[in-house]
Amino acid sequence: MPIAAPETLPPETLPPETVPPDTLPAEVDQPTDEPAHSPDRPWITIVWNDPINLMSYVTFVFQKLFGYSRDKATKLMLDVHYKGRAVVSSGTRERVELDVFRLHEHGLWATMEHSG
Amino acid sequence: MILPGRRVKRLRDGSFELRLSRQERAVLAGLPQQVADLLESDDPSVRRLFPPAYADDAGLEAEYRRLMGDDLLASHRQALAVMEETVRADRLDRDQLAAWLGALNDLRLVLGTRLNVSEDMSGVSADDPRAAELAVYGYLGWLQEQVVDALASEL
Repeated sequence: MPIAAPETLPPETLPPETVPPDTLPAEVDQPTDEPAHSPDRPWITIVWNDPINLMSYVTFVFQKLFGYSRDKATKLMLDVHYKGRAVVSSGTRERVELDVFRLHEHGLWATMEHSG
Repeated sequence: MILPGRRVKRLRDGSFELRLSRQERAVLAGLPQQVADLLESDDPSVRRLFPPAYADDAGLEAEYRRLMGDDLLASHRQALAVMEETVRADRLDRDQLAAWLGALNDLRLVLGTRLNVSEDMSGVSADDPRAAELAVYGYLGWLQEQVVDALASEL
């Protein structure tokens, strides 16, 4: 995502300055001590980086949808931006599917998978 | 000429003042309806509004589409309709401003997808054939940032 929209509107209308993408391979903790398809293993909600959503907007959405503090929401947003993705919630399939839906309503690129 | 300055101001009664020039409203008017019309098509630029939930399971993905697809479409339509209806308004309530936030994001996602924007757009020159639409895209991002600021101040 772009760092931010410009602080002030440029004279007339020039495209905003943005920073180069700086994405790294994802680093997600994956539990390894459980058998495949364990019903106890939660589903996880993953948000992926994209070049359009504003960093401030993504932080706001994390705060609004999940009730996260500004610090936690900002950390997750930075993980999305710099690592390419972040796990933003986990739980039962039904709950995570609803989280994904709400993120889709807000235009974020969210997917879900069974952790591990 | 678009002057700098705050466009969205929270008022004491909890509503928000929308300080947009006539020129800005002229740019905005019609955009939500254009995207709403695109929602009815299979234009590739609106697919970005409907990302896959299950990237690696076609069966579960089809079920998600069947169960949630209509609600997701309705949600996008609703936000765009509110922005279209209130594009000339001087005041918005909180729900209306939240709808603007979603609609502005939808406009940017569709326009940005169509223009194939990247995170680094600093190299775009004035004679780029996309320059006019990129200017609109930049303006929408600038305005969206202000809406985020106004709504985030209440969190």
